[in-house]
Amino acid sequence: MERYDYLVVGASHAGLEAVRAIRAHDATGSIAMLNRDPVLPYSPTVLPYVVSGRSKEDRVALRDHPWFESLQTAYLERTQVSAVDAAKAVVRCADGKEIGYGKLLLATGAKPIIPPVSGLDGVPYHVLRTLDDALALRNAMGTAKHAVVLGAGLVGMHAAENLAKGKCQVTVVEMRDQVLPGYFDAEAAAMISAAFTGNGVEMLTKHRVTSVAKQGQQCVVKLENGEQRIADLLLVATGVTPEVDFLKGALDIERGIIVDEFMRTRVANVWAAGDVVQTRSFFGDGTPAGGILPDAVEQGRTAGMDMAGDPGVTPYPGGIPLNTYNFFGNRALSVGRDLPANAGTEWEVLRRNSAASASEPARYLKIVLRDNCLQGIFGVNVLFDPGIMWELILRRTNLSELRQQLLDHPQDTARAVMSGIWR
Amino acid sequence: MSAINTIAFKPALCDGCGECMTACSTVKSVNGSAAQSRIQIIADPLKGSWELALCRQCGDPRCVADCPAAALSKEANGGLISWDAEKCVNCLLCTAGCVYAGIAFSADEGRVVKCDQCGGDPQCVKACPTQALTYLTSASIYNRWGDLEDLFVPGLGGCQGCNTEIVMRHTLRRVGSNTVLATPPGCIPGMGSVGYNGMAGTKVPVFHPLLTNTASMLTGIRRQFKRKGRNVTAMALAGDGGAGDVGFQSLSGAAERGEEILFVCVDNEGYMNTGAQRSGSTPYGAWTATTPLGTEAHGKVQDSKNMPLLMMWHRCAYVATASTAFMEDLYEKLEKALAASDHGFAYLHIYSPCTSGWRFPSGNNIEVARKAVETNFAILWEYQPDQGLRLSRPIDKPLPVVEYLKLLGKFKHLDAAQIQHIENHVAEQTKLFSELAGIGKGVERLAAAAPLSAGHERSSVSERLTR
Repeated sequence: MERYDYLVVGASHAGLEAVRAIRAHDATGSIAMLNRDPVLPYSPTVLPYVVSGRSKEDRVALRDHPWFESLQTAYLERTQVSAVDAAKAVVRCADGKEIGYGKLLLATGAKPIIPPVSGLDGVPYHVLRTLDDALALRNAMGTAKHAVVLGAGLVGMHAAENLAKGKCQVTVVEMRDQVLPGYFDAEAAAMISAAFTGNGVEMLTKHRVTSVAKQGQQCVVKLENGEQRIADLLLVATGVTPEVDFLKGALDIERGIIVDEFMRTRVANVWAAGDVVQTRSFFGDGTPAGGILPDAVEQGRTAGMDMAGDPGVTPYPGGIPLNTYNFFGNRALSVGRDLPANAGTEWEVLRRNSAASASEPARYLKIVLRDNCLQGIFGVNVLFDPGIMWELILRRTNLSELRQQLLDHPQDTARAVMSGIWR
Repeated sequence: MSAINTIAFKPALCDGCGECMTACSTVKSVNGSAAQSRIQIIADPLKGSWELALCRQCGDPRCVADCPAAALSKEANGGLISWDAEKCVNCLLCTAGCVYAGIAFSADEGRVVKCDQCGGDPQCVKACPTQALTYLTSASIYNRWGDLEDLFVPGLGGCQGCNTEIVMRHTLRRVGSNTVLATPPGCIPGMGSVGYNGMAGTKVPVFHPLLTNTASMLTGIRRQFKRKGRNVTAMALAGDGGAGDVGFQSLSGAAERGEEILFVCVDNEGYMNTGAQRSGSTPYGAWTATTPLGTEAHGKVQDSKNMPLLMMWHRCAYVATASTAFMEDLYEKLEKALAASDHGFAYLHIYSPCTSGWRFPSGNNIEVARKAVETNFAILWEYQPDQGLRLSRPIDKPLPVVEYLKLLGKFKHLDAAQIQHIENHVAEQTKLFSELAGIGKGVERLAAAAPLSAGHERSSVSERLTR
């Protein structure tokens, strides 16, 4: 039986960073990475750009074979894990093969949620999580005249913009009351939504789809309010859920695999990282966490260091929402959390905005502080460095004397503070 | 993996003039379109200090790990983080990974921009009028020599922060295994290079001569190997006492005879291994165990003798001074010394601050070494018979000597007159070296003025002047 000291299941950001971290500390232990797909690792985040044509599908590989060779890591394509037997320390593959491990990392990511919409299983629809999905969607977009996108998350919004630019009549249906919920505050979301409306996209927030049905080559999408839309392209983009079916109860799972601050599962010698885990919020409240690429990298690094016994490992601090989003030539950035509903007097909100003019786009900036520490920052067409803001949140840096400067010049002020901290 | 060159920033020297940013945006502009400077100098709104946003070319770059499009990569050679315009999707996730604002979106250019060090010739550094920005290339040492084996065992018993251990490991690693090493009594054998309990601490043949006969024994070893047809490097790693005081007779003799020896003197200005007694290299005013402080005594009352200069007057094949604060320079000199020891006597004098005997915190060693050089307390130079004495760095704008003295516990007691004495001594030495180096320059001027008389005549002129 094949056996590796370190076995990494899944081949995206978390798994790759874990491999790097393991090899940084353990020069000799054997490492293998398993990918169910017959390709080099790629990021789900790049797929909307494959759909738009900006990225070429043969140029999205995150790492190449020489990289794996340089880290003395076996890269096993077409190897889908169908079960984990922790008692025997083996994984079973779909083809029946067993692979033994000393330490196991599950970084299998997430898969699309398919909402319980009546008739959905009877119509052709698209999702976007794999390279095959992206190529199929790119093909379909070429001919579509009417499209319906279920869900106004990042995948849905990217697709809607691409479709609109392709002269397709697009309707976005989102059951919550704003676009990009969980990423952007209501004001920023409204500006984003307005840009879509201005570009001819129909934005239906607070709407639900009740049923879909096939009608010739097209499908009819019926809404809760009785209206309907005809679509020759239906994209289901209502979010993702951890890819855990293969575990069949072998691990503790709630909204994802339960892990501690070193990404250890509750089963000995098994770690998990990335979109497959239930990410704890840094803020220790109900702020949504997980599904953030830099978070997956942090988790992968933490897991890899802990697996290899690297004494430099530090506890994973918890997830902080973060987004960088371009839409119709505008840039929206968000880091952290918005003001909670029951905020006390220790909370403070700083805000500025300006309407669009002939030469200038609309701008918006909102900064949320608690006890003078940054909690969240949301901007549209106002530049700042998300990585620095993230670090200022993590460090709970006191910004009391810099509130006004931060609002007026968020980028330079935060840079100066961070530079001073570094030295 | 490869080490990287660094654009270093000293905020205390920055006056916010912005010349670096102008230079950067100028060189990065294509066809006259405005480019955003990849280096940003920002005023701290509270402290008024000047702060920096610039790519650090991290060894473990999060921008690369966070890029979903494989547009960023760390180059195997040189270690720069490079950006691929064709692959970039402008998602800005890289900017979420950077806590230095080293990669940032430029509204003018419509994409992320980052520093590429101008391909090894950074224009911002050239434009900086205050030396706040410097381009550090010492990482090239690692790239060139990093794969060589360390020829001392792990776990030598040097004091915490020991400079001499750095000198030992670097020099022997570069000199290589075709070596017989002599380590006369001192810290170098004391920390375990000759070993314990019959086990050697060095991975080449090593022996422990008397303080008095290091150069004599190496003379015999080198000659005997030559007689047997083998070209083996005969190398000494000796302290300043073993070289300049107790061992000077044999050293002077071997140098004068032109024995083919690589003699490295690790100068920690005293007998530090036995409890910090004074030596001929101990500077004026310094506390040592034998130049104590009391009502009458105030440290050493004599100036140190200039050992490397004495060795130069032996007209060795190569003589140089070096410091671990200037490693590229040290390596260059080590190369030359090694080459010279194949046909003559090579003497390399390395200043090695001692945390225990000089009384300063163990984390400060390289800073102490650097300040010694920057104040002209320790002047870096080299001598070759056909080229005379050359200064390794300018000595006309030194830092005040007290910037060095105040770092060290052994000078803590100095009164104004003693400081004045040391300043005078440093100034006198500086003047002397300027003049000695001027002789070398004079040779160059002579040679340049007489282009027709090249070849033999030229070398004979220089020899006459520099002998």
